[in-house]
Amino acid sequence: MEFARRPSPYWSARVAVPSLMLQVLAALVPAAIAHVWFFGPGFIFNLLVASIFAVGGEWLMMVLRKRPPEAALTDYTALVTAALLAFAVPSLTPWWVTATGALFAIVVAKHLYGGMGFNIFNPAMAGYVVILIAFPMHLNLWIAPRIGDIDYQYLTVLQTLKYTLTGSLPDVLGFDAVSRATPLDVMKSGLNGMRTVNEIRANPIMGDFGGRGWEWIGNFLAIGGFWLLVKKIIRWHIPVGVGVGLLLPATIMYLVDPGSNPSPGFHLFSGATILCAFFIATDPVSAATSPKGRLVFGFGIGILIYCIRTWGSYADGVAFAVLIMNMAVPAIDLVTRPHIVGHDRKSDNS
Amino acid sequence: MTAPTYDLGKLHGGLRLPGHKAISTTAPIRDVPIPSQLVLPITQHVGDPAQPVVGMGDRVLKGQVIAEPDGTLGAPVHASSSGKVIAIEPWPVSRRYGDKAPCIIIECDGEDRAIENDSRWEDFLSLQPADLLLRILDGGIVGLGGAVFPTAQKLMQARTCKIETLILNGVECEPYISCDDMLMRERAAEILSGAQILMHAMQLNSCYIAVESDKPEALHSLGDALAELGDERLVLKQVPTIYPSGGEDQLVQLVTNREVPSGGLPTDVGCLVQNVGTAAAVHDWVIKHEPLISRVTTVAGDGIANPMNVRARIGTTIADVVKFTGGYAEQADHLIIGGPMTGKSMSTDRVPLVKATNSILVVLKTSFQGRELACIRCGDCASVCPIQLLPQQLFWYTCADNEVKLREFGLIDCIECGCCDLVCPSHIPLTANFKIAKGRIQELADEKGRAERARRRFEARNDRLEQERQDREAELAQQKESAKRAGPAAIAEILKRKQKPREDD
Amino acid sequence: MWIAVLTFALIALGAGLALSFASRRLPANADDLVEKVNDLLPQTQCAQCGYPGCRPYAKAVVDGTAAINLCPPGGEATVRRLADLLGRETMPLVERVEPSVAVIDESLCIGCVHCRNACPVDAIVGAAHFMHTVIESECTGCELCVAPCPVDCISMRPLSNARLST
Repeated sequence: MEFARRPSPYWSARVAVPSLMLQVLAALVPAAIAHVWFFGPGFIFNLLVASIFAVGGEWLMMVLRKRPPEAALTDYTALVTAALLAFAVPSLTPWWVTATGALFAIVVAKHLYGGMGFNIFNPAMAGYVVILIAFPMHLNLWIAPRIGDIDYQYLTVLQTLKYTLTGSLPDVLGFDAVSRATPLDVMKSGLNGMRTVNEIRANPIMGDFGGRGWEWIGNFLAIGGFWLLVKKIIRWHIPVGVGVGLLLPATIMYLVDPGSNPSPGFHLFSGATILCAFFIATDPVSAATSPKGRLVFGFGIGILIYCIRTWGSYADGVAFAVLIMNMAVPAIDLVTRPHIVGHDRKSDNS
Repeated sequence: MTAPTYDLGKLHGGLRLPGHKAISTTAPIRDVPIPSQLVLPITQHVGDPAQPVVGMGDRVLKGQVIAEPDGTLGAPVHASSSGKVIAIEPWPVSRRYGDKAPCIIIECDGEDRAIENDSRWEDFLSLQPADLLLRILDGGIVGLGGAVFPTAQKLMQARTCKIETLILNGVECEPYISCDDMLMRERAAEILSGAQILMHAMQLNSCYIAVESDKPEALHSLGDALAELGDERLVLKQVPTIYPSGGEDQLVQLVTNREVPSGGLPTDVGCLVQNVGTAAAVHDWVIKHEPLISRVTTVAGDGIANPMNVRARIGTTIADVVKFTGGYAEQADHLIIGGPMTGKSMSTDRVPLVKATNSILVVLKTSFQGRELACIRCGDCASVCPIQLLPQQLFWYTCADNEVKLREFGLIDCIECGCCDLVCPSHIPLTANFKIAKGRIQELADEKGRAERARRRFEARNDRLEQERQDREAELAQQKESAKRAGPAAIAEILKRKQKPREDD
Repeated sequence: MWIAVLTFALIALGAGLALSFASRRLPANADDLVEKVNDLLPQTQCAQCGYPGCRPYAKAVVDGTAAINLCPPGGEATVRRLADLLGRETMPLVERVEPSVAVIDESLCIGCVHCRNACPVDAIVGAAHFMHTVIESECTGCELCVAPCPVDCISMRPLSNARLST
């Protein structure tokens, strides 16, 4: 009997990129529900816009690069980028802002660098930074969380949709009436105004650790993140690195002067810390690869987040921190090579 | 002397694979009947091909030497049964994945008559170790774990190093393969006896028998045999069930916590490793005077109707072995000699079962799925590599054809275990790429060697021409000098002498 | 703002001074570079590049008087490696050649030693008026022996795979 020949091994890997991406999206679902619960349906509209433009951009680039579009579209990486972008922008965002971010992320940050596997920078963060700098006003239109005791006029679903499509608020409400500062904004402006942390924490927007509503989203993101860890879709090195890098200086400064430095808990549950630790920084393509390298990478991101939040002019520094550490990845990989079994330890690079 | 104690070492990476061994270990080893025709390749070992010492039409007996080793590295081939040599010709062999190589084909007469042993066979303990090694050489014994390195030469090489301990490899970490498991269950005493023979040949006082923890019956059987033997030098050691802890270098690292140096051997760190099947074969030859003419093989896989372990005569074709077990299943797409991680894929089942055939695995096309995507730099491949290489980086450098970086990142240390393939979410055929890359590195190294030789010859030629030129100039200068000293009369004399032949014309 | 300008200006000045100091006191050794380039060449000494041997070509490449794509026996791989070493652009090879060896037709050879003297690596053996032959393992395929033969008995044969693997 004749047979066809094949090279070894004769088993296939059980994991595949599409299923990994779908599991990452699944891990984001609880946090997405919390986001809609606290901040209204804007998140859904943003997600739709981002997904349409991310997938559309990917399709267009594959056609322009003369590759089969299904090859890129079926690995769902564009959808993950879109989801992260949707978490990053305020729930009231006009469609053209989100679209610009998604298009830049996919077209420039991903495909112009060579497509999946070849991008140096985290596409979602690159897209976010572009729209942050290009549309500063729109990206500061954060709204208040849906908690009973705040005196605030919430937008209806239709009003949210109208804003997403046209960028115009209902006539009775102005920009100032609708927008509320995020907890990080409040903390930063309060500290600049020489108020103490405790005074700032009296603001009704503040919850147990971070901001109300925001910390719940943080909780659900953490649950999703731990689930990914348990399923071994992400490894512990980057989340722990980010955590230590951020919380170590935060703890030290808090112990030294609790009046003018927010607590580590505040840092942990505010802004995009947990989203970054489990979902953004763990993007495998733009992160370091060796375990030691990942600890260093995460740690660098954490330190940079702390520096930008405390001494920089932006309220949250996650996007910039990630992009800066992306630049350092080749150097990190070079110096954190593991010892090869059977080689002289002295001659190893690590 | 007490046995050296080691802390059990740790293997980096590796995978816990589904064993698939239970299905082939429910029944004892069954003997495949002698086929009508035996095909014996003359090269069933690492080294130089053996040379046939029989001719067409010769009648041979079971256990008769039919090919002698030629050169420094080799092992004899014995006839697996009695019969007549009907051909010495190329035939598909497993060593060449189904392509042809010279084989001696014997038509069996069914009588299975053994060759007479007329020489007195002394007790091995009375032999000098060097003589014992020569005796082992004659038995055709090679490493039965699959590497088929001639055992006698391996022992002779080891004698030049300082060996502390013998390690018997009963790990059998690859899925589906269970021939060593069955051998340990049924022939534990013979394995231990073989170990004692090897220890005498190498003058060792310590032996570890390593068995994976997923083989409780084998551990039990060996434990009983050890208790009965009462030889304290032999110690049973259980190792965790992780693939590829059965690789020679990996087992050394696990048992002794020492790393075998890159490009080196276990003997460099004081260990000699032998498969349990090899030990049993040594016993059969040295004690019972039976050369290596049969072996235990696992027949398994989704493409096999009845998986089991069999003992077959060397030279039985795979087709005959599979037919004995009950044939193929409804679908049978790939025939593999070896395991699902490191086996060799054959083009035909006409290949004979040889000394290296530890397993016959038939798999279906559907075990392979998934499209190859670009590398997403997840790093999972590095976390499972037992050599702590960076398969991801090796892959990038293979694509870039960067020979320098491939060497630097240790491509030649890759043991081709296949662990990285199994965890790659982009389904990149990493192991196949590395095999090709190793060939490429060798090609580039050969080119460099040739260029170096050409350069040296060129420079030598230039030096030679320069030397000749200098010699000529020195001679001319000397002639001028002596002519000057001789004076004008001598010059006139020389000139006259030179002109004379012309005048004579 | 002026402090920032002054700071950057001072950093730039300092860096510039340090670099010029380094380039003067730690110059790249040109001879080392010629050696490195020569190591990358296939050493066929065939003169197809227009230079009488590989080392003169290497020197010309380092000096900048020769392009890096003039070596056919080196192939595309050598052009790429030279480009990487010297930091120059790769360019297509000026001409491709098949690896081959010279073979003397012994029935025609008259033993004139012209080919033997022409071979840059002494791969042809044979005394005057005696049969000449090419040592196949040493022949680099440079073809310099073909032209001098007065009876045209030398031909080039492509290398077989068996030869390449020795």
